[in-house]
Amino acid sequence: MKALIDQDTTFIVQGITGREAVNLTRECLDYGSKIVGGVTPGRRGREVHGVPVFDSVAQLCQELGSVPDGSVVTVPPAFTKDAVFEAIEAGIKLIVIVTERIPRFDVAQMVELAGLRGARIIGPNCLGIIRPGVAKMGGIGGPAKDAQKAYQPGNVGVMSRSGGMTTEISSTLTAAGLGVSIACSIGGDAIIGSTYAELMPMFEADDQTEAIVIYTEPGGRMEAELARYVTETGSKLPIVAFMAGRFMDEMPGMSFGHAGTIVEGKADTAAEKIKRLNDAGITVAEEISEIPDLVKDRIGQKVEA
Amino acid sequence: MRFYEYESRQILEREGIPVAPGGFATDAEAAKAIAADIGGPVVIKSQVLTGGRMKAGGVKFADTPEEAEAHAREILALEINGHMPRGVLIGAKAEIKQEYYAGVIYDGIRKLPTFVFSDMGGIDIEEVAEQHPDHIGRGHFSTVLPSMDFRAKDTVASVGITGSELNRLTPILSKLARLFVKYDMTLAEINPLAQLADGTFVAVDAHMDMENEGRPRQKALLKDLGVADEETREAREPTEFEIEGERIDSVDHRGVAGNVTEFDGNLGLVIGAGGGSLTLFDAVRSYGGRPANYCEIGGNPSVSKAKNLTKLVLSKPGVDKIAVMMSIVSNTRVDIVARGVIKACLELGFDPAEKIAVFRIPGAWEEEGFKILEKYGVEYFDRSVSLHGAAKRAVEKIGAGAAA
Repeated sequence: MKALIDQDTTFIVQGITGREAVNLTRECLDYGSKIVGGVTPGRRGREVHGVPVFDSVAQLCQELGSVPDGSVVTVPPAFTKDAVFEAIEAGIKLIVIVTERIPRFDVAQMVELAGLRGARIIGPNCLGIIRPGVAKMGGIGGPAKDAQKAYQPGNVGVMSRSGGMTTEISSTLTAAGLGVSIACSIGGDAIIGSTYAELMPMFEADDQTEAIVIYTEPGGRMEAELARYVTETGSKLPIVAFMAGRFMDEMPGMSFGHAGTIVEGKADTAAEKIKRLNDAGITVAEEISEIPDLVKDRIGQKVEA
Repeated sequence: MRFYEYESRQILEREGIPVAPGGFATDAEAAKAIAADIGGPVVIKSQVLTGGRMKAGGVKFADTPEEAEAHAREILALEINGHMPRGVLIGAKAEIKQEYYAGVIYDGIRKLPTFVFSDMGGIDIEEVAEQHPDHIGRGHFSTVLPSMDFRAKDTVASVGITGSELNRLTPILSKLARLFVKYDMTLAEINPLAQLADGTFVAVDAHMDMENEGRPRQKALLKDLGVADEETREAREPTEFEIEGERIDSVDHRGVAGNVTEFDGNLGLVIGAGGGSLTLFDAVRSYGGRPANYCEIGGNPSVSKAKNLTKLVLSKPGVDKIAVMMSIVSNTRVDIVARGVIKACLELGFDPAEKIAVFRIPGAWEEEGFKILEKYGVEYFDRSVSLHGAAKRAVEKIGAGAAA
């Protein structure tokens, strides 16, 4: 089984006529992704890099005669909730929300509706998903030639709360000859559609993935949830984590990096998270350049065991 | 964004939750008048956006208006954790039968808002959670289905409350949840929620946080409360350096120069983006470096934005050199940032090769960027040098410079 996206995944871009969305569409098409349509209300009949534009998702589905697998949502924060509801109600099952600065209640509503309808949300405030050499869904890795440089196919899955660090880590894995099976920028907000623990089963079921690298930050309980998942399920997939923002432990109440990155209590400090991850058998790297060797060690241990 | 207690009280009142009688004053005379109006023992509370005001002497009790005036004068002049009070709140010191806690927060794992309720109010709720878990009730409520009232009732009942207390507390908790949703709060709590001798309930103290993302659509409330747009209400007041950083970011819509934060070191940082900045700041410190600032550049800034931010950092007293570093960029252009930081050095009369300890930004348009850096003799790295490697080199260079 292939996690999240593969060469057959079809998707649309909501807000496709926006400046960033036009670039993103070009990048994804160049990389080999199957973008079957776009939506911008009032722009029906146009094309963006050859992709037909519709007024609504329902209209798009009707005219194409099928429901696409996914949608990349790039509309402004005030309109994102409605766009995502529209995609979910049209039957789309994988929604990547690029938009940042969406109010938290709106995010909770989108995520709750997705749960009720059996859809998965990645983000908000993320760069999307890439399966190196196959397809990418979102701005992750940038233009196709840049994405190619940083992301070569391999056997390590990457999940990251930072879009830029997804590429930095993947590039390091690529340079070390390990490569990347699938990388997912999960988003930097306090509430996101898919957390590490929620994505783990898909990586476990993915035949290409032999280890996971996660990039993480202070704030929230997502790492504790991952630690609990690993402990409770006895997951065999080796995980190496990198924790940035350790300095924030001395600065409670101040937000850096991403909207969800803030130390509010004892449980969401970097120090406490590192401890929890370690306790669950997750290796925590001191710096990015150590990651490839730690991953090789962990994969080696698995083979021996 | 935090609200002062007196503002939180106003929000409770406008949403129909009863509050203990009282008023807000910015001078001692007005405090005296409010105390006289209340007529009886009062409490005078410092209005600061920081905890620990009781311990610091920011909360005092008075039996007469004159005593209230004297206390108010002292409290108004009292700095607490670096915060001067906005004013004082004078409240009736009512006879309380029992104290409760009512709150609404988000649960990031369940991804839903949740009620938190306790029959042990008046103390820190985290302490209650640790020591008396059976005295805390929690209950998530849906953001898409209309389920608030019975969920509130279940939460109150879960700590063993029934009878008229249950029926009086349920609407209070429910209204608190409604205002939490309506005003884009990330925290809305009443602590203590007091039961008076006659059995009714009033909010004695309240604490609310609105998320910044909600501010654009909450302008009406903020206007009513008199909260100005430029009030950031962060954990600490912004410094002049930080205000200038914000200004540089806001005057040019191209790209982002966010979260400019002042520190007291000698190595200026021009770093990006979100995760890259967090990693690099840690890295500099792990090698013994002393950052002069933190910032997050990204989103393809213009030459002038990169230049102005760099000039701000270079002009900060005590800054010997700057390090320009980012994680691999795909949207931001390497050559544009290179141009901006070099221009900043030149305009201030510095030699870029001397002032820029290292430049490590790989990614989009890197060949063009590296050419420019070469021309000015700036030491630069491509992606083969890690973020930590670049930070280490910057710290080495500034160490050598300081020794010379």
